[in-house]
Amino acid sequence: MAAILQIRDLTKQFGGLTAVDAVSFGVPEGGIVGLIGPNGAGKTTIFNLITGIYKPTSGSIEYRSKSIVGLQPFRIADMGITRTFQNIRLFKNLSVFDNVLTACHLSANYSFAEAILRLPRFRAQEKRLMAKAEELLSIMNLLDYRDLIANNLPYGLQRRLEIVRALALDPSLLLLDEPAAGMNPDETEQLMRLIVRIRDDFGLSVLVIEHHMDLIMGVCEHIVVLNFGEKIAEGSADEVSKNAQVIEAYLGTSEEAADA
Amino acid sequence: MDWTYIQGILMLAGINLIAVLGLSLLTGFTGLFSFGHAGFMAIGAYVGAWISASPTSTPAGMGLPFILAIVGGGAAAGVVSYFIGRISLNLKGDYFCIATLGFGEAIRLIFNNVNRFGGARGWPGVPSNSTFLTILIADVVAVLFLANLVKSRHGRNMIAVREEELAAQIAGIDVFRSKMTSLVISAVYAGVAGVFFAHYMTFIQPKMFSLTKSTELTIIVIFGGLGSISGSVLGALVLTALPEILRAFEIWRLVFYGAAVILIMVSRPKGLMGGLELTPSGIRKWTAERNALRQAKATLLAEDSGRKED
Repeated sequence: MAAILQIRDLTKQFGGLTAVDAVSFGVPEGGIVGLIGPNGAGKTTIFNLITGIYKPTSGSIEYRSKSIVGLQPFRIADMGITRTFQNIRLFKNLSVFDNVLTACHLSANYSFAEAILRLPRFRAQEKRLMAKAEELLSIMNLLDYRDLIANNLPYGLQRRLEIVRALALDPSLLLLDEPAAGMNPDETEQLMRLIVRIRDDFGLSVLVIEHHMDLIMGVCEHIVVLNFGEKIAEGSADEVSKNAQVIEAYLGTSEEAADA
Repeated sequence: MDWTYIQGILMLAGINLIAVLGLSLLTGFTGLFSFGHAGFMAIGAYVGAWISASPTSTPAGMGLPFILAIVGGGAAAGVVSYFIGRISLNLKGDYFCIATLGFGEAIRLIFNNVNRFGGARGWPGVPSNSTFLTILIADVVAVLFLANLVKSRHGRNMIAVREEELAAQIAGIDVFRSKMTSLVISAVYAGVAGVFFAHYMTFIQPKMFSLTKSTELTIIVIFGGLGSISGSVLGALVLTALPEILRAFEIWRLVFYGAAVILIMVSRPKGLMGGLELTPSGIRKWTAERNALRQAKATLLAEDSGRKED
């Protein structure tokens, strides 16, 4: 399968600290890839590198065989890569609907003057944007909360709203940063089904960082394991969970731990 | 109190309102604070005066129609703001604010030293073109443009920048461009306000556009409520009229003015309007949000008690 995202020898140094060290992996078109590793392994840094928030020290990031290194974050989003954040970043004081409507802006191209004078093209496109936001909310079961201020939304739904806002950009590649953080097993289970569903319904590829192993093992077709900025293993859920280095990174080397 | 007196206060409030609306876009909707908007007003006032003052007056003007003065004054402020934005909009939060403060003072000092425009002595021969009607028309147009703007994708992008800059970028919003657009439009508004101000006073002097003026504009925006156009309108009316109403207190006037502002800010920390709009759609939105909150609370409580019964 062709890779929608290909990372080669990606390195990021902050002063003397190497947060990401020569990491290479790919996300196949339509695949769900998991990125796991202990805290501080460099997972979120890789997300920040892909989305252009950080500039890599060296290495390449190719999206659909084109380099995206050095592009501004909004350009990368425009090309079809979008993400959610580990610590939710919604437009807090806006309603659920307005959060999604704002993110729909790439589907309209009316000019400034057309907006100020409320010309027909503005009105037609606005109507389309609103219909799109409404439809996304309804697909993702958030329509009941349409007018609620995002900040008042229950935690689990805030995470879901962040995913809806990302989907509003019609992305091809969705990066999820610990989407199940703070969720109970029930909600995690729901989220797993949701991830697979949006991949199928929206024709996306997904790269997901997660600590919930049931989620990773349950939905990811391919798993990349990081430790101290380096890739230590890669493969299917089965392969990775039997890998000695992975077990060591997660559980340490003592005998009791290995038995557990 | 006679009508001319009241009309005079209303005209001043109307002129302030144009500048306040511009600043409201920058501060209330885009989240950037500025303490230099008096500088843009000064540019508008001086360029406007230069265009419309008669060629025989000292300093000499071009003697062109008032409408050209409005366009020219607004455009000049907009162009200057573009260059200011290019160098300062990458600064984060408070640092941008300091940069605008420096800019405002610099503009005042430049006009203080340009003898062509009358220097510190000022420019006495500005024609008295600002009438109650022209100011009213300008206010209505300014409000309508702004209201339409903030309800479009361009305006929503600015609001997104205010709410969460990083998330806005990830949502494909060109943050720098949104900030720049907001700054230029707000400077054009301030410039136009400056033109009306010059043609209302018929005499301008650099010290009219000091830091105090910039602060007054920011106070009005915050007092009215950040992110509310109706708030800016109310704020401009109340705070321009207040010093006049307090004239009875003579030298204690500004003390009472300060006390009144503090009192209102303490009782309504989010300003008079607190982000609400006094329009049919604004009120509808407000009730919808309140109902949604009530409903969400009820649902969560029901779920919670359901869980306890399990």
